[in-house]
This record gives sequence, structure tokens and C-alpha cells, in this order.
Amino acid sequence: MLGRTLREVSVALKQGQITPTELCQRCLSLIKKTKFLNAYITVSEEVALKQAEESEKRYKKGHSLGDLDGIPIAVKDNFSTSGIETTCASNMLKGYVPPYNATVVQKLLDQGALLMGKTNLDEFAMGSGSTDGIFGPVKNPWSYSKQYREKRKQNSHSENEDSNWLITGGSSGGSAAAVSAFTCFAALGSDTGGSTRNPAAHCGVVGLKPSYGLVSRHGLIPLVNSMDVPGILTRCVDDAATVLGVLAGHDPKDSTTIQDPVKPFTLPSLTDVSKLCIGIPKEYLTPELSSEVQSLWSKAANLFESEGAKVTEVSLPHTSYSIVCYHVLCTSEVASNMARFDGLEYGHRCDSDVSTEAMYAATRREGFNDVVRGRILSGNFFLLKENYENYFVKAQKVRRLIANDFVNVFNSGVDVLLTPTTLSEAVPYTEFIKEDNRTRSAQDDIFTQAVNMAGLPAVSVPVALSSQGLPIGLQFIGRAFCDQQLLIVAKWFEKQVQFPVIQLQELMDDCSSVFENEKLASVSLK
Amino acid sequence: MAAPMLRWCCPGRRFAFARVGCGSCHRRGPPTGSTSNGKRGQSSVAQQPHITAQKPRKGEPEWAAVVGLEIHAQIASNSKLFSGSQVCFAAPPNSLVSFFDASLPGTLPVLNRRCVEAAVMTGLALDCHINRKSLFDRKHYFYADLPAGYQITQQRLPIAVNGSLAYSVYVGRKPSQMVTRTVRVKQIQLEQDSGKSLHDDLRSQTLIDLNRAGIGLLELVLEPDMSCGEEAATAVRELQLILQALGTSQANMADYEIQRQINELENGGEILNETRSFDFKLGCTVPMRDKEGKQDYRFMPEPNLPPLLLYDSGSLPSGADPQQVINIDQLRERLPELPRVTRQRLVQQYGMLPEHSCVLLNEVGLLEFFQNVIKETRAEPKKVTSWVLNTFLGFLKQQNLAVSESPVTPSALAELLDLLDRKAISAPAAKQVFEELWRNEGKTPAQIVAEKKLELLQDPEALEQLCRSTLEAHPDVVMDLKRGNPRAINKLIGLVRKATLGRADPTAIKEVLERQLSS
Repeated sequence: MLGRTLREVSVALKQGQITPTELCQRCLSLIKKTKFLNAYITVSEEVALKQAEESEKRYKKGHSLGDLDGIPIAVKDNFSTSGIETTCASNMLKGYVPPYNATVVQKLLDQGALLMGKTNLDEFAMGSGSTDGIFGPVKNPWSYSKQYREKRKQNSHSENEDSNWLITGGSSGGSAAAVSAFTCFAALGSDTGGSTRNPAAHCGVVGLKPSYGLVSRHGLIPLVNSMDVPGILTRCVDDAATVLGVLAGHDPKDSTTIQDPVKPFTLPSLTDVSKLCIGIPKEYLTPELSSEVQSLWSKAANLFESEGAKVTEVSLPHTSYSIVCYHVLCTSEVASNMARFDGLEYGHRCDSDVSTEAMYAATRREGFNDVVRGRILSGNFFLLKENYENYFVKAQKVRRLIANDFVNVFNSGVDVLLTPTTLSEAVPYTEFIKEDNRTRSAQDDIFTQAVNMAGLPAVSVPVALSSQGLPIGLQFIGRAFCDQQLLIVAKWFEKQVQFPVIQLQELMDDCSSVFENEKLASVSLK
Repeated sequence: MAAPMLRWCCPGRRFAFARVGCGSCHRRGPPTGSTSNGKRGQSSVAQQPHITAQKPRKGEPEWAAVVGLEIHAQIASNSKLFSGSQVCFAAPPNSLVSFFDASLPGTLPVLNRRCVEAAVMTGLALDCHINRKSLFDRKHYFYADLPAGYQITQQRLPIAVNGSLAYSVYVGRKPSQMVTRTVRVKQIQLEQDSGKSLHDDLRSQTLIDLNRAGIGLLELVLEPDMSCGEEAATAVRELQLILQALGTSQANMADYEIQRQINELENGGEILNETRSFDFKLGCTVPMRDKEGKQDYRFMPEPNLPPLLLYDSGSLPSGADPQQVINIDQLRERLPELPRVTRQRLVQQYGMLPEHSCVLLNEVGLLEFFQNVIKETRAEPKKVTSWVLNTFLGFLKQQNLAVSESPVTPSALAELLDLLDRKAISAPAAKQVFEELWRNEGKTPAQIVAEKKLELLQDPEALEQLCRSTLEAHPDVVMDLKRGNPRAINKLIGLVRKATLGRADPTAIKEVLERQLSS
């Protein structure tokens, strides 16, 4: 039952094959079994069971609230949840319990969804590995999959194979792992430079970044306000569409959301792609791209072509400036957004009471990790009066050029762009931490962050397993506010590629071996 | 850190001098709303002058002062600029604080329509160009009563620019020598107020009250077109009248504060001639501190607020939700009569002197009082003006009362003036009645007149009789008069008045006496 998609389990609930409480308990039990993945920071067991009870009553009366009623979901720990601790994986917000729900959380709850817990991330969503939060790194469930383990046995002779567990990607790694390991049917992530799509690709799930302004950011603790979008992680494209249908629309509490009404929708199944024009941006063919991903990318393009779609090479000439441009804009907004964490109204406060200034300094020193402090420092540098024109204003101009690249391509008749999501499949943690957070973030966001600059919708769809038995995803990018069209194409593609289901049977049946190895792994890390 | 500290020694104002050629007006100092500190209290208007001095030409005094002003007026609105929190005077500390006001992470600003309208109306009243598109910026500095670590303001593209403010100043000693001066309005911007810090020096603690945090302010920047503190004070007073007339800022609440600041401004204006910089806390002149001038607010665009778009009837998008758009032309139609026009009307309608119209407007509530008296009395407007400005205002000033605190109602004064108008009482008796009214014993003028027997002697025969007996009783005075002393008649009038217990009109007495003497 847990391996089903959201839609399938919704049908099962409606038909009475399972009750919300049973479903909730099974998920909770699996969350406990997979605790070593470190996907959840907080498991809201009591809340979830209470919500399940309410849902069950509704089903008994025949008053189900819809497709999400009784469905276990998880939420990244940078969305405010009323009465449930919201930490952003930072000492700064450890113990902070928001008094209100983010709009997206409220909308899910209003539809009867069950909140299983808050998922792990990089501190304040700054990272691409889900390795840099105070609660430790998230482990990729595929590290423990039958597919990966069998390949490893063939390829390596390492004795201590579990010390080589893989990262999930990030920063929404906890949400991706939670969906991938069947502990919930959908999860919210956030996406500022690829933070939903990147872990989705590494964990073999669908990761949707909606158009900027389609989904409310109210209650999402910001990274970069002008690029942040709540992301959706599910096991299939249809599920992502279902969740998007619930979340999309104007929010009076977020002035950047669109005014036009949005209706929930179901995706039609595309039978004919001959009227489609798929663009392949040539700048995305970088030397760092792994040959396996590159080959899957061309196969995907060929697939569209062979089914009658027009596939054309296009140019997004300012792509190479995206990384540095993003760095300036991101750190500047970070410097500004983080200014509120001063220990006065909420969050961590140091013991020092020498002076207000000393208190600020110590609080922020203790509350933020090096990555956050580094970005604050850079951002404040870029915003200095003497630097503003040379950095911030220029970066904004480049951002406009990058956005215009997309406009030009879409104006030329392209419906959807097809690109890789990541350079390669997930790498082992030990490998990943050889580079610092900044280098990794710059590398890993390469195919995803330009989309955030332009505010476009994009979705990562799992395509196939690599030679190592690890998932690889490809990204579709759509026109602004054409999220539905984007998902229709993604759904067609998903159906063609038939991505294999993760085989975690061993893990779910017996976790004892994993736990033992976990201890070993942590010892060897020190 | 420098700016917030500065606010302690220099609440709400900056003085700067510069030699000509170094740029005229230095805008310095900390952000606006927060310029005010705990001491500021609940004022709705605060200003920040920047005064520069120009090297004069030969033969003139050494320095000439140039005054520019940054004025912060609290917008009269039921809720804050970006949150739904109520705006209310003297509420318990931290009782009017929304999640956004406390800067809880994840909260977003939502612009208050009423505040935008107030800014547009103020801009129109000051002949500003209203920008069809304006932007919001973040201005960063750390201070305990600024929860987000930045203030949302309009630095790059404010809602209104390039206006002017006309005000009248007295030149010379005579009140009739009034001239109109104009100061250019550089811009009007919308911005948030900060909270209040209450410093407990004894326990070395700072207490924060966020009730004021996020209240909408209008920042008005006046160009350095004024030449002294008095001019600046008059311009600020005129601006306050305009804001009151528009209803965009509740000025009555700030009255005390305004007066205090005007006084300081005027004092400041004198100090200017001798000093380079003035420290309000130390009460003495100090060299200017470089550090504060270099405070970098790291401005950046506020990403959570789209550009503020305004329309006129021509550009209004068809089918737009009226709740979502603001039509400048509609607001223009709603503009009330402005103080300058009111004064002109008073001069024309009632034939009063321009300076009298100024006084009527400058005293809060006085114009309304005057108009209510006019409405109810048959007395001449000139008479009413004189009574309101001399007698009534004189009594108020003497006891330091506001018009609203007056024990005499407009109706009572109107009734009194009616009695005077139909010659039921004499002018001196009217003064006496007024004094009785001021004691506020719940009596009407008519009752007082009756009780005190103040009504004029209405029987001509009785007056004739009294005059005759007075002449007979004082032959020496009559003789004096006949010898050509013109003042002797006054003595006779006085004697008759005394005999009538003050109930006869001196003019009538004089008439009778003259007739009797010449016969």
C-alpha cells in the first residue's frame, strides 16, 4: 500500500480498502524504521494521528474533502507550521514554534492531508547536498536499494559498503528521501536554485518547481524572496499536478502571487506529441556533464523526435553568467533576510548581556553556521553603497538577460525545454564533502538556477538508473504560468520511460543490519 | 551601530554646515521613523532639518543658514502600513503587534490601500508629480526596535516628487507685513515607523514596545529653501494644517510635540549663526562626527512588494477591480479645501485681515469655533472676529487651554454677541458677562444679564433725568468743560454711567449730555 502513488492510495481510501488511521500508522512505523535516513527533523506523530482520526470520521460519513483527504504528507522544515517546531536546520531557530501555518501547509491541511513531520535540509536551505544542517546529513534511500547494492557488489570489493552511503542532493533532501522511502505520498520542498529538482533527481522522484507567483510563499522562511518557490515532490507527475491544483492561486498574504483564479486540474494523457516543439539548449551541454546523463538526455530527445515531436537545438546565450549572477543576488537577499535573526523576538539568544551589540554578535555567531555567515558577509559587501552599482545592479541586469533568453526561445515556437537536472547521479557523502558548500552549490545548480532567475515552471522526472543502479532525472522547463502544459508533457514522457520502482524490501523488512552498519559508519567518519 | 546610538543624543534632527561649493544640503543621519526614540512619545509628525550655511558675499555677516527639512508624519489609518494590526494611541505595550510586525520568519508585507491614498492626496495637495509607478526599498540597520533589521521605505522611486509648499511669514514688527514664501518639496515617500525602545538606565535594560512598529509614515523632504528656524517652523506648521485638512495625518495628537519641536527649531535657528554642529543631549556645540555620516544602509529593492502602480481615469485598465487599483483623479476630486484657500475665503467672506485668518487656522479648533459662532449670531462678522481672536483666545492663552477645553461654548458666545448687537447690554457689560460665562456655572448670558442687572437702561426719560441731576450736582466739571477742557465730558459720562450702575450706553449718555448742555 505504501508503494502506491498518491492517486492510487486516494482511491483505496475512498473504496475503504484502508482507513486513514491505518495508513498513517504504517507511514509512522516506516518513518521509525528509516530513522537512520535522517529525512525527518520532527515527526509530528500525535498531530498526524489526530488528523487521521478526523479524516476517518469524514470518510465514514461520506464527506471526504477530496483527493488529499487522509493522505500522509511531509513538509520541509523551512515552512512555518503552527504549533510544530520549525528549525530551518539551524541553531538559530532550534526550539522555535511558529504561531501560524504557511499558506501552502494550511491549504494541504484544509484538504484533509495528514502532516507526518518536518523534513531535513541544509541550514536555511543553503546547500545542494542536504548535508549542512545542524541535524546532520540526509541519506539517500537508494544507498540501501537492491538495485544499487547489487551493482556495488559487482563493481567494488569494499568491506564497509554502508560507509559509502549517498547524499540526497538538496536542499530539500529530507523531503525527497521521505517520498522516495515511501514514508509519505507527497512532500513540500522549496526551490530557489534547484533545491527541489536536484534532490528529486538524485532520489528518483518527481520534483516540481511551479512558476514564480503561482504558489504562495507566505510562511516559507525565505532564502531569496525573488526566486523562492514552494516545490512539490511526489512519486509521479499526476500526483504533482494534484498537489499543485490544491496549492496554486492568489494569496492575499503574498503580494507576489497572481490575481487570476486557478482551478484544480487533472492532466489529460497526451497521445500525440507531433504538435510539440522540444528545445534542447546547447549551452547545457557542459564538459562536466557525465556521459551517462548526456546519453540519457539524447535518448530522451530522440524519443520525442521518433514519436513525431519537433526537436530543435536552441541557444540560451547568457547561461554561463547565471552562477555568478545568482551568487550576488542570492547572498544580497540572504544578508537582508537574515538581519531579523537578532535573538530578540524569537529564536536563539546568547547568554551575553554586556550590550545589545555584543548580544547580536554572539547570537548570530552561535546561531548560524559558516555557510550562512559567509553568505551574509558577501551579501552585505555587494550591498555596500560603493559596490551596489557594480555588483547588485549588474547582477540584476544579467538576470534580465537570462530571463530574456528564455522569452526569446519560447517566442521562437518552442513549447518545452528538455535538459539534464544534475551533472551526474548522486555521489557518496565522503566524496561530496571533499568540496565546500559554495563550490558544490555552484556546480550542482548549473542546470536548474537559471529557471529561478526567470521565474519559469520546471519539473525533474526520473528517467532511468545509471550503471551504478542510481536514478537519473531530466528536467522540463515550461513557459511562465504554463505549468499545466509542462506537466502534460512530463506525464507523457514519464509513461514512455517507465522508471523502475526503488526496491527497499530488504530495508523495510529488516533494518537491523542497517542500524548496525550505521554505527560503524559514524565511527569511521570520526 | 552608529546611527541608532546617535538617535539618543539627537532626537529627530540633524544640523550640518557646509561651505558653499561643497554641495548644499547634506542628508544624513539615521532612518526616519526610527529617528524618533523613546522620548519622542506618540507624535504623528517629526522633522529632521538639515541646515547648511553659505559663505556670504562681501559686507554681509559671516554665514547665512540654509534649512532643509525631512518631516515624518504618521498617517491617519486604522491599520499599519504593511500589516492588519490596529493603530491605536496609548494601547498596552506590545498589544498591537502582528506576526509581520514582530518580523516572524516567513511573513510578508501587504500594502495598506489607505496609506497609499493618504500619500497621493498629500502629494496632490502639495502640487507634486504623482509617480504612476513607485518602488519600495529596504534600508538596513540593526536596532532593537527595528525587528526585521531593515525598514521598508521608498528610496529610489518615491510615490510623489517635485512639489511645493507655500507659507506666510511676518517681516518686520507689524503683523500686517506678511509675505508668502515657497519651499520646494523634493519628494514624499511611504515608509514604516519603528517600535519604541524604553531604556532603563538603572537596571541597564532596554524594553521594546512594538505597537508603533510598522505604522505608516509619510516622509516629506523639503529642499533647503528656508533661511532660518522661524521660516522652517512656519513651513512645518503650514504643512501640519494641510495634513489636518486632508485628514491624512492626525495632527491634534501631535500638537504638543509640534510646538516643542518648533520651539527647538527656532532656538536651533539662532544657534546656527555661531556653531558648526549642535548636540541636543549635551546642549552644546560639538564637531561633526564622521562615523555617522558613513553609516551605510545597504539599500536594496524590497522583493516581496511588486511596483506600486497608480492610475488616472485615462489609464485605468478596463475591467480592473476597483479594490485593486487606485485612481488619482478620483482622489483629486475628494481633496478638501486647503488652508490657503480657507484663509482667502475668510478674508473675502468676512472682510477680516489676512493675519486674523492665519490665527483662526493656526489654533486647533478655533476656525470651527468661529464658524459655529457666526452661524448662530446676528452680530457682524468683524465683531465676531474681534471677540473670538481677542477676548476668547486671550482667555484661552491666559489659562493655557485648548479650544476644545474652553468652558464657553460657541452658542453661549453667539447669544452674548446677540445681546450686544441689539444693544441690550453695553460692551463693558458684555465683557463682564463673558467673564461670568468663563466661570462655567451653567448659566446662559441672558440669565447672567438678568441676575447682575446688566441690561441697558431702556427708558429715555430716566436717562434724561439722571443726566440732568448729574449736571446739577457737578457745576465745577460743567464749568471746566465750558472753559474748553474737552476731557471734562468724559468725566461727566463716567459719572452718569456710575449712576446707572453701568447699564447705559456711553454713546447715548454723551448725546443726552451734549443736548442738555447746549440748551
